[in-house]
Amino acid sequence: MRLLEYQAKELFKEFGIRVPPGISSKDIEKGRKDAEKLGFPLVIKIQVPVGGRGKAGGIQKCHNEDEFELKYPQILEMAIKGEKARAVLLEKMVEIKDELYLSIFLNRSKRCYTIIASADGGVEIESVKNQIIREIGLGKVEEGVARQVANEMDLEGKTANDLVEILQKLSKLIIEKEVELAEINPLVQLEDDSLIALDGKVVIDDNAIFRHNELEKYQEKSEIEKKAEKSGFSLVELEGNIAVIGNGAGLVMSTLDMLSDNGGKPACFLDVGGSATTESVYEALALISKMSKVKAILVNLYGGIVKTTTVASSFIKAYEENLIDLPVFARLKGAESEKSKEMLKDTKTKMFDSVEEAINAAVLRVKK
Amino acid sequence: MIDIFELLRGNPGDSDYKKKPIIVQGITGKFGSLHTKNMIDYGTNVAAGVVPGKGGQKFGNVPIYEHVKEAVDATGAKISIIFVPAKFFLNAAKEALEAGIKLLVAIPENVPVRDTMQIVEFAKKNDSIMIGPNTPGVLIPELIKIGIMPASPFKAGNIVVLSKSGTLLYEISDCLSEAGFGQSITIGIGGDPINGTRLIDAFNMVKEIPDLQGIVIVGEIGGDAEEILAQHLIEIDFKKPIVAYIAGRTAPKEKRMGHAGAIVYGNYGSAESKVSMFNKANIPVAKRPIEVPILLAGKLEQSGD
Repeated sequence: MRLLEYQAKELFKEFGIRVPPGISSKDIEKGRKDAEKLGFPLVIKIQVPVGGRGKAGGIQKCHNEDEFELKYPQILEMAIKGEKARAVLLEKMVEIKDELYLSIFLNRSKRCYTIIASADGGVEIESVKNQIIREIGLGKVEEGVARQVANEMDLEGKTANDLVEILQKLSKLIIEKEVELAEINPLVQLEDDSLIALDGKVVIDDNAIFRHNELEKYQEKSEIEKKAEKSGFSLVELEGNIAVIGNGAGLVMSTLDMLSDNGGKPACFLDVGGSATTESVYEALALISKMSKVKAILVNLYGGIVKTTTVASSFIKAYEENLIDLPVFARLKGAESEKSKEMLKDTKTKMFDSVEEAINAAVLRVKK
Repeated sequence: MIDIFELLRGNPGDSDYKKKPIIVQGITGKFGSLHTKNMIDYGTNVAAGVVPGKGGQKFGNVPIYEHVKEAVDATGAKISIIFVPAKFFLNAAKEALEAGIKLLVAIPENVPVRDTMQIVEFAKKNDSIMIGPNTPGVLIPELIKIGIMPASPFKAGNIVVLSKSGTLLYEISDCLSEAGFGQSITIGIGGDPINGTRLIDAFNMVKEIPDLQGIVIVGEIGGDAEEILAQHLIEIDFKKPIVAYIAGRTAPKEKRMGHAGAIVYGNYGSAESKVSMFNKANIPVAKRPIEVPILLAGKLEQSGD
């Protein structure tokens, strides 16, 4: 789960990492009050769980009330990379002397946490120069290591001391909240040489949330996503009109790729889990029936242990109970596929031997 | 490094050659019991189960113990497969390693990364191997199955399949078997960000198989395991035919696609990055699973095999 900036900053504050005074809001009435409390000049920042906000115009300086009335609604209505604003953060503007970069992330290939620090921050990580990299095992940063990092960044005096402190606090946050990535970019040096986190990006390990009730409030899920989770499915909603259901994340991704190659547009990624059953496929169809944009359903199941007739009966049940009226294009690989074809012969579900055929039929159908 | 074939198959002189005992942790659960039956049907020597509170009982003919240590003492097993829920994984895995297990097959999905990292450290210290978590397991066709994969896709042969995904491992092995390419071993790496056995580790386990004909790598978006392996293959100038498949070319960025590890940040973890590294290593990448055997046949022809 990627936290929004204001949520990441709430965690920073909790761990004693300084951030500019700021308040988040979801409507202009509250925004006005917040602006009054904070005082101008302000920065208005869109809150979306993706990067590239600055370039897309989602972060705007604001010097007075007139500017505020113009810019606040613009930013609230904005979408960045397809992500609508979840909230707006108003923040007191600070005087920037220099911009640094600091992060701790889960290094997958080395299987340890790793610090990246640089005296040249404020740009995307790919472009950050003079990166100082330190592997730190399970995440603990001793003062000596933090001091070395500060020295290699050529920091001195107050700034160096602040960096040592912030790095250790960030490490504590990583460990205690089970975080995959905590990034401060830019970490800003103010006129008095102290350091402050001007932006914050935190990605929490979803699989560890059961140990962190306090983080559950940050989970923003649509109704459909909640239902999918309850059934033990993975669901990612997409832009198109052909719903894709399959068993196993790899197989579903592969089906999305092939569908897109053949000119189809997936409406969702729905993984019902490695072992498909009558119940799970039925529940998946129930979920899809709630998505209005869907024009056809593409099912790609590698049966293995499960018989295809078991799956076929869940389609029949879904039609009988008027759960779905959509055409289904299914490829069910596994035992008894001839029998399941026979079972589905008078329904809107068409069975195919290969996924290619199922994809082509689905694409043709929605283009009609 | 431990020889995985020695663990799974043994040496011709061993009294338990080709019937190495394994332990199932969580043998009475819904999932554990189903797959234990399937493993036994495949011919795997399931010698003991471990379920706290059920020691002394039996699962079919398989004795159940309270602790892994007792099961190890009674059977001499060096292999354990874990079916417990994710939140109990850490303790179950620790217990297994403490009891002297040398190959741990970790089936659970949704294990917190911190727990996996702790077990990875522990396994390194104990000179043990963990496969997974979130893996379908490991299988030598027609000999031993330690995992949740169906039996039907796999046939004995001389191709190795290494896969991050479970169902794609089945699908692609099936395509290979149909095309006449049986497998010498198939290993599920798992779909998590941190793997007990990384793709490169799995490659190192299989690269010296005497009759090895070729390797199929089934990757997916997320992380840089494929890139690291490709780089390594260039460095060691590996000569045997390798082909790859990468799932998730059209997945949106910064969205987790089912697997905890299947997520792209910028270019990191992207399919383009993986495909371009494979291309540099002269490894063809199939656009769809069914093309894998065709590409493999082409590679084998080139190598004159």
